[in-house]
Amino acid sequence: MTLLIKNVKVLGETAQDVLIENQKIVEVKPTGKISNAEEVIDAKDKVLLPGLVDLHTHLRQPGREDAETVLSGARAAACGGYTAVHSMANTNPVADTAGVVEQVYRLGEDTGLVSVHPVGAVTVSLAGSQLAELKAMADSKAKVRIFSDDGKCVEDSVIMRRALEYVKAFNGVVAQHAQESRLSANGQMNESALSATLGLTGWPNVAEEAIVARDILLCELVDSRLHICHASTKGTVELLARAKDKQINVTAEVTPHHLLLDEDFVKDYNPVFKVNPPLRHKDDVLALREALASGVIDVVATDHAPHPLEDKETEWASAAFGMLGLENALSVVATVMVHGGKFTWRDVARVMSKKPAEIAGHQDQGQAIEPGSIANLCLVDPNIEYQVDARNSFSLSRNNPYHGMKLISKPILTVHKGKVTFREKATK
Amino acid sequence: MKTRLVLESSDISRAIVRISHEILENNKGSKNLLVLGIPSGGVPLAERIAKKISEIEGKDVKHGVLDVTLYRDDVRLRPARTPQETKIPQINFDESVVVLVDDVLYSGRTIRAALDAIVSIGRPRKVQLAVLIDRGHRELPIRPDYVGKNLPTSELQSIKVRLKEIDGVDEVEVTD
Amino acid sequence: MKHLYSINNLNANEAISILDTAKSMAEVGGKSVKKLPTLLGRTVVNLFFEDSTRTRISFEAAAKRLSADVITFSAKGSSVSKGENLKDTAQTLEAIGADAVVIRHWASGAAQTLANSGWINSRVINAGDGTHEHPTQALLDAYTLRETLAPGQKDLSGIKVGIVGDILHSRVARSNVLLLNLLNAECVLIAPPTLLPIGVTTWNCQSSFSLDEALPELDAVMMLRVQQERMNAAYFPNAREYARDFGLNAKRLSAMKPNSIVLHPGPMNRGMEITAEVADSPRSLITSQVTNGVSVRMSVLYHLLSGVAE
Repeated sequence: MTLLIKNVKVLGETAQDVLIENQKIVEVKPTGKISNAEEVIDAKDKVLLPGLVDLHTHLRQPGREDAETVLSGARAAACGGYTAVHSMANTNPVADTAGVVEQVYRLGEDTGLVSVHPVGAVTVSLAGSQLAELKAMADSKAKVRIFSDDGKCVEDSVIMRRALEYVKAFNGVVAQHAQESRLSANGQMNESALSATLGLTGWPNVAEEAIVARDILLCELVDSRLHICHASTKGTVELLARAKDKQINVTAEVTPHHLLLDEDFVKDYNPVFKVNPPLRHKDDVLALREALASGVIDVVATDHAPHPLEDKETEWASAAFGMLGLENALSVVATVMVHGGKFTWRDVARVMSKKPAEIAGHQDQGQAIEPGSIANLCLVDPNIEYQVDARNSFSLSRNNPYHGMKLISKPILTVHKGKVTFREKATK
Repeated sequence: MKTRLVLESSDISRAIVRISHEILENNKGSKNLLVLGIPSGGVPLAERIAKKISEIEGKDVKHGVLDVTLYRDDVRLRPARTPQETKIPQINFDESVVVLVDDVLYSGRTIRAALDAIVSIGRPRKVQLAVLIDRGHRELPIRPDYVGKNLPTSELQSIKVRLKEIDGVDEVEVTD
Repeated sequence: MKHLYSINNLNANEAISILDTAKSMAEVGGKSVKKLPTLLGRTVVNLFFEDSTRTRISFEAAAKRLSADVITFSAKGSSVSKGENLKDTAQTLEAIGADAVVIRHWASGAAQTLANSGWINSRVINAGDGTHEHPTQALLDAYTLRETLAPGQKDLSGIKVGIVGDILHSRVARSNVLLLNLLNAECVLIAPPTLLPIGVTTWNCQSSFSLDEALPELDAVMMLRVQQERMNAAYFPNAREYARDFGLNAKRLSAMKPNSIVLHPGPMNRGMEITAEVADSPRSLITSQVTNGVSVRMSVLYHLLSGVAE
């Protein structure tokens, strides 16, 4: 099976022809040099990126199949240009054993759409007091390398230290959801002048920063790998910058929603904007954009968090935390960073594919687009402007914060291991 | 749009005098008389009538204000209006002969509301109605006892009553 | 004005109209028939997700005096045990035929969510939502202030009001700050730093940590209830220290301007934020507030249920 993507701007740069045969890229030549293929896609003015890799996705299966399943999540991922996702462990049962991670891994394989890499819990049942069988999960078919209690914070300093130390044996990385529980108790939104006016309990920046600071120091002490989930504040950015200056092995992710949205969206108490960590002040948003541009924040990760209608169509305090992200992530990053003048498409490839693959340790993702690489690709229409319609989605849930907004750029074709997994209707 | 003056200051004064005499004649005197004006036009008219009657009889006649906003039958249909203060003087309400005073009588609904307002205060011996202008087009079986001027109009026309106490001048205008 | 979930739903003229109309509503009590036919045949539903006998009774009395039919729905639930679903409950009431829904809820923003959701067609009145707002309380407080301190005025210009207590968690404080500003009064919030929200400096009012310093300049002081539970969350060390520094006692009352007045939204913690002596003194208008509450709520119901909405 051969597929030719013709006249495409590889990484947004020179126009070339890319030929795919079976699972691999076999030829990359200047336009016009390749003519034969079973399927030809005319990609004039389009941009070709390596398939996107999401380090932070919630697929909800097992346990909350009413909100999402591995299959529906995989479809949403493919639609968003993703060829690999990392499903977080806060399922029911929790992914804290080889058994559960292998189950999720297999469900992912069965979809044939996306490589699903389960994230293993750091502690048993995410309870924060006892390490889970990290090595067993690493050795399982799921080959877990990223461990996280995301949804909850590993708050006990000793447990966090032990986890960081323990994963060194198999080059694992601990991904922390930084949230000091007492300072952020019952937090509903960012703590600010706005939360005071709205009468919503605040979740102050310091609750994230205090844990980030501690974990960076622990990481330095034991010389391990730390990853900060969904960085959301200016202070976290400053801590990361100082850590990187000292060459401490910490990486960090930012979500598309923290790049685009700020706390003002909460003004009308619409729970679609309720998320953890919360939407922050404009100053935080600007700092996050700068940090992503400069590399202080390494990657974009969606934190795709599906919730059924009944968990969002309610008064704010009763609503669940979380937003969808897989399908619109690329558009949001392009709108904010590329069309905002901070990024080239090569930069997008770096933060959404190359670097995430590196952190997760995948050889077959985020590769250079050259002969010999596995064909995991994302074809983008860079200039199309469209209005987001939450009802038009592969996800089983509808909590999309971008509904009604105009975004620029859209993935139109996704290729996973040489197979087309998503095709926008207009593409030939 | 044509506007013409139908009553000027002197016409209005004469009407007030005549109405005052008619009230006295009809009620055989001013005993227990209570003149209540319906805001806003009826209020200065009620005051003038009460004063005139007091002059004629040589005895003080009580007057007050009866706001009917909260008794209207069109609450659901129109935006909220701020009621004015109802002022009933200290007298035996149930013994009184109430003369309601309004500037223009049209559909009759304002007067119906006024009757409801009266019933919530007490049970006067008699209630009579005095209006400066009766423009016809009644929607309810309401009739005035004392009329300044009968002014048959079409529903397309509008009537404007101006009074010295509110508008600085006494006159009545009809606009087509 | 379609809904009243926040003082921000009103402009100054609308607020003044409500106060002026409340005066006429107050007259009903003096008539032989203590009822107005204004809302005959309309249905007002009291939707209470949080216990509150006083506010509920006040709204019931208000609706009944306007001849409306009243249905009270007490839903179970709290921030701890979620209880009945807001959407389902609202749609049940709509099916019964409510013209207006008076909602008290433990979650901030619930009234606004209900009003703007599109789930119901009724008018929504916020009777207190979490720690966000309590607009009719602020209106009755403003009415009381105007009648007592500025009877000839339309608004509250020239009047300085102090609000004392747990500002951080007080919906009464938030609505009052907004309304006092709308009516041109001066306002100062008095509390220990732990009970003033971050961002209070962006509110249109002064703030102070010292009750004794602020009192002599005030024309009125509004005492807020301080809950014992706040001690356990370390907002202040204990009740004694709080009462010592922020409690209104007879000595502090005598340090105030001679014609100044004392207000309290109730229920009072006698001995904590206010002593029995002060609560029962002639300068305390706490019972007038309750009476005025009915008139003001009658006025609000009348204004909301009149006419075609914008």
